[in-house]
Amino acid sequence: MSRLPITKTPKVYVGGAFIRSESARVFPLRDAAGAFFAHIPQCTRKDLRNAIEAAAAAGPGWAKRTAYNRGQILYRLAEMLEARSAELAAALLVGVKATPRARAAAAREVAATIDRIIYYAGWADKYEQLLGSVNPVAAPYFNFTVTEPMGVVGVLAPATPALLGLASLLAPAIVSGNTVVALASESQPYPAILLGEMLATSDLPGGVVNLLTGFRRELVPTFATHTHLRALSGVATAGERRALRLGAAESVKRTRLRPAEDRIDWYAADAQSLAAVGDTLEYKTTWHPIGA
Amino acid sequence: MATFTLNPRRRGRPAPELIFGDLWPYDPAPETADPKLLARYGLFINGRFTPAKSGQVFDSINPATERKLAELARAGTADVNAAYAAAQRAFDTTWGRMPGRERAKYLFRIARLLQDRAREFAVAETMDGGKPIKESRDFDVPMAAAHFFYHAGWADKLDYVAPGRRVAPLGVVGQVIPWNFPLLMCAWKLAPALAMGNCVVLKPAETTSITALKLAEIIQDADLPPGVVNIVTGAGEVGAAVMGHRTAAKVAFTGSTEVGKSILRSLAGTDQKMTLELGGKAANIIFDDAPLDQAVEGVINGIFFNQGHVCCAGSRLLVQESIAGRVLAKLKQRLQVLRVGDPLDKNTDLGAINSREQLRKITALVKAGVREGAELYQPACVLPARGWYFRPTLFSGVTMSQRIAREEIFGPVLSILTFRTPEEAVEKANNTAYGLSAGVWTDKGARILKLATELKAGVVWANTYNKFDPASPFGGYKESGFGREGGRQGLLDYCRLA
Repeated sequence: MSRLPITKTPKVYVGGAFIRSESARVFPLRDAAGAFFAHIPQCTRKDLRNAIEAAAAAGPGWAKRTAYNRGQILYRLAEMLEARSAELAAALLVGVKATPRARAAAAREVAATIDRIIYYAGWADKYEQLLGSVNPVAAPYFNFTVTEPMGVVGVLAPATPALLGLASLLAPAIVSGNTVVALASESQPYPAILLGEMLATSDLPGGVVNLLTGFRRELVPTFATHTHLRALSGVATAGERRALRLGAAESVKRTRLRPAEDRIDWYAADAQSLAAVGDTLEYKTTWHPIGA
Repeated sequence: MATFTLNPRRRGRPAPELIFGDLWPYDPAPETADPKLLARYGLFINGRFTPAKSGQVFDSINPATERKLAELARAGTADVNAAYAAAQRAFDTTWGRMPGRERAKYLFRIARLLQDRAREFAVAETMDGGKPIKESRDFDVPMAAAHFFYHAGWADKLDYVAPGRRVAPLGVVGQVIPWNFPLLMCAWKLAPALAMGNCVVLKPAETTSITALKLAEIIQDADLPPGVVNIVTGAGEVGAAVMGHRTAAKVAFTGSTEVGKSILRSLAGTDQKMTLELGGKAANIIFDDAPLDQAVEGVINGIFFNQGHVCCAGSRLLVQESIAGRVLAKLKQRLQVLRVGDPLDKNTDLGAINSREQLRKITALVKAGVREGAELYQPACVLPARGWYFRPTLFSGVTMSQRIAREEIFGPVLSILTFRTPEEAVEKANNTAYGLSAGVWTDKGARILKLATELKAGVVWANTYNKFDPASPFGGYKESGFGREGGRQGLLDYCRLA
């Protein structure tokens, strides 16, 4: 007699814990044939606010880690992904007809995601030397500009590529000490559920990355207006961009939104860059006196 | 060699004060250089001065005398369109295609011509805006020239601006600037935009447009290709037209947080690139080990520079409790010898308030401070009979919830609060929606660096205040805006990464 497998109850990773929505709402995820796969948490505005609180609490500690340490933790995250890459590729195929072509695409996406995390891990202790500066002012001061993380960054992942898009937005934000609350792809939420499990085993402190699943139309308004989010980064439709910017105006929140209508090549050479790290940094200039 | 030793009988007693009262009054020392003002200024479009298409004009008033200085053209939509069309044409045909080394030479020329006419510009700036001549002469005009000189040198070195990436100009940039540093803000906006290869449509503030138009004369003399810089004058609706124009590849604004937010809202439906340099409510923090006389001078400069019309003004003084009494006494003593009056007088410390409207705003906020229970101190100085003036003002016993501790007053009003520990100082300093600047006064270098790390502000001055340099990036955190002006980082806001 064959054994009935134990199916996993998907939970989102928030504040270092695996939770379901406070509302207890879920939505069904189906496979390509239309059969039931799992119930995904349908996170609410309250879940988002809780996640932002967790991210804000984790922020100062994470930003104070040494750059070397942050780099190693990101590298560790990549190790976790590499070890479970087959599982991640399978997650990308949920709801997709598993043709040889689709399988190859999923494997490629997982590989690119791991490489992307490695790329940003390496920036941790280097970007400051390129973005900051010592400034030759015409007065007796040691004048220097350093970067600082903005704080809590709201990330809106693209629908596809669900995993690579999410990682490409997360990694450059957290490498500099920001913390993130991200909304995963609405149509392909399962890879983000798995990514949460890998984040939990990567030495990344709880609350640094918080991943939510759910419906954009329910959560975008709170992403727009929540004043503890200091920046919004991600992919959004024209209507969403307008709503996000209108809400962001109230607290002069930084917005780095790319049009969902554009065909973004997440595999292109410029899909990863030092500039992306700079997108969630502030510049601070200090005038320190020189003299006895 | 003569040596001076402290009289042993004086030990432990305060040093004698040098307050002469009205014993030896100053003679007037007016600056007399000719500002070379015209009776009427047109808009500067496509390299030529031209009246508004509607023929409308408005008066520019000298705030020190309330007398009319000149008549300025009030731009309409058609004029703004013409300015953008000229700028786009210049970008497509001349400036956007010119090698950086050639653009550089134009900017060097502008810097030199401005230096040549420095005194004339300083007088014009003081008459137009009300700031003391010693500030326009020693700060505004030379610093404006320095910005052109600094950015000129970047024009052919843009490959070094963004590591690993090529940069390209954006196109036409729309810029709106405030009335507190009219010429200097012009330079801050124009120099990086032009160095990067952009063309510009700029709107100066309604009350202080004259030095921008005088700069247009220099731009003509420098033989800058027509349309590279266009200047349109008028009030808020002209600014809105410049900010919202479809031709603009980017807009940059310096002004109040309130207007900044309205720009953000009005452009929310577009993907317009923007930088905003907005208001501030900076904390100036004095620790008990600070060199007090130097700190008091710095606090005075921090809040009364340019009558306090400074977005980064040190308008909240946080002083360690153990020295609060001494600092307050020294500040009051210093206030008694501040000279308020004719901005053209070389001895004047505080000039005129820029406009009647601003005077009204300051007066209302000071009244609110008294009503909410803070203790007011103003020296008994005589203000001129005509013109808009306000006494330098201290509020002690201020609490964090009072309006004078939270709202930007943009006038010569200092709110004094106290703290006990460095942690409390940081918490109070950061407890504001703004984040433009901060000051720290202490003898400990390590403490300076710790506070510099923890203060949420774009610029931190240690044992100094209100220092600026073209090489030093300036700009805010939080609701003080985004983007930087000055330095390599400032150039990043005027290019796209290719």
